[in-house]
Amino acid sequence: MYKNTIAEVCQHLANGDYSSKELCQHLLERINRFNASHNSFIEVSADSALQAAAKADELRASGSAAPLLGVPIAHKDIFCTSGVRTSCGSRMLENFIPPYNATVVDKLNAAGTVCLGKTNMDEFAMGSSNENSYFGAVANPWDTNRVPGGSSGGSAAAVAARLVPATTGTDTGGSIRQPAAFCGITGIKPTYGRVSRYGMIAFASSLDQGGPMATTAQDCALLLDAMAGFDERDSTSIDRPAENYSASIDQSIKGLKIGLPRQYFTSDLSAPIADALQLAIDELQKLGATFVDIDLENQSLAVPAYYVVAPAECSSNLSRFDGVRYGHRCESPVDLEDLYKRSRAEGFGREVKRRILIGTYALSAGYYDAYYIKAQKVRNLISQDFTRAFESVDVILGPTTPTTAFKHGENSDDPVAMYLNDIFTIPANLAGLPALSAPCGFVEGLPVGMQLVGNYFDEGRLLNVAHQYQQVTDWHAQIPAEVDA
Amino acid sequence: MAVDEETVAQVAHLARLQIDENRVAEYAVEMSNVLALAETMNDINTDNVEPMAHPVHAVQRLRDDEVSESNNREAFQQCAPAVEEGYYLVPQVIE
Repeated sequence: MYKNTIAEVCQHLANGDYSSKELCQHLLERINRFNASHNSFIEVSADSALQAAAKADELRASGSAAPLLGVPIAHKDIFCTSGVRTSCGSRMLENFIPPYNATVVDKLNAAGTVCLGKTNMDEFAMGSSNENSYFGAVANPWDTNRVPGGSSGGSAAAVAARLVPATTGTDTGGSIRQPAAFCGITGIKPTYGRVSRYGMIAFASSLDQGGPMATTAQDCALLLDAMAGFDERDSTSIDRPAENYSASIDQSIKGLKIGLPRQYFTSDLSAPIADALQLAIDELQKLGATFVDIDLENQSLAVPAYYVVAPAECSSNLSRFDGVRYGHRCESPVDLEDLYKRSRAEGFGREVKRRILIGTYALSAGYYDAYYIKAQKVRNLISQDFTRAFESVDVILGPTTPTTAFKHGENSDDPVAMYLNDIFTIPANLAGLPALSAPCGFVEGLPVGMQLVGNYFDEGRLLNVAHQYQQVTDWHAQIPAEVDA
Repeated sequence: MAVDEETVAQVAHLARLQIDENRVAEYAVEMSNVLALAETMNDINTDNVEPMAHPVHAVQRLRDDEVSESNNREAFQQCAPAVEEGYYLVPQVIE
């Protein structure tokens, strides 16, 4: 059962091969078995999941046709779940039980999904290794000495270990795509504004975007069908009709023009990753796609711009955690300032503090133009690079990450070295474009991800290309030996 | 720009964040490194470039000024660290 994709689960549930309750029970047993060593779940909601599964089975018996009825999923612990602790990977929210659901949670509930629990993540989604979680690091199922990537590391590891067929994630600078690449799964960051941010704890509001993570592009499409759409509760939600992503994935990609950025395929790119990408390019060529070299000239400025914009927005967003209305509060404050300062010092971890300091500095009087406005101008240049490129190509292909999953502790002493992991993923966030990562090979037993970036609202095309590629390859179907039983 | 320890302390105060005294030097180095990374943006001239305000150039939506939410004070205060009779409690501010 654990090997089934969501598409297969839907079929089996419809055929009556097994019930949602049986499937959830089976997966909860797997979570029990592996979570002590993997730590991909912060919270396992066994009782409520089994109740919801039983209810889904009853609804099915009475003829309900919700598209994902009885399908088990798990939410990244950044999405507010009514009555279920939502920690955002932080001590600050260790005891926070939201009184409401995120729109994404409501929408997936309405589609019939059953939530098995909340997945681990870097604190407030700040990190590329999941080592910044207050609830401990997460193991990569392909090699437990290595990181699963971040910040949606628990979501990626849980899917890779087949503890749950799909999860939600969020992506501010690569937090869906980088862990998807490190763990050998598929994940998509939609266009900024396509998926509601309501009830998704904010990190950098002009960059944050939620999306699905699963083993296949088809499953991502099925989830995104339910997640996407206008939400009046999110002031940056885009008012466009919802699309049927799972209906368009079967189209042929004959004649599709794919751009290869010269700035990504340089001699700096690790040779085995370049080789894996070349094999993927060959497969896509066989499917009828054509390739041209393109230029994204200002790409090297993406990481510097991001590490001004994201901390600036983070310092502003996280000012809400003041020890008064929710979250951690220090013992016996002597006055209001002491309450603020100590509650925040005790509640936030090291990386979060670092980013608050950088962001506060970049926004402070005298430095605002030099850092924040400069970064927003550079952001415009990076966005214009993409606009020019999409005049001549349909999709852009490149690596998701510069390396495969690294070892725990390998990059944790040097923030700048850690930040450079996001070099290929950040540009899409700065421009607000949709981007997907899908597995395209292995280097020394570790998965390699290929990234596809599309034009605004072209999620359907990205999922279509990845699905067609997954029809002729089986990288996405590989399961780590240790968990395959 | 290299950040000194005094600046770290000042920024930490602005952010209402208490910083462990023996960590200040470390933060100064880390902040300096990240700002050095940010300053590589100065390699490019952006004199005639508009700062980007929104990825897809959306503008703020407005709505009619009508009540759309009901009062959920009790539910919202359930997750507050200290409340009394519907009020959030903080240390005394006014003598």
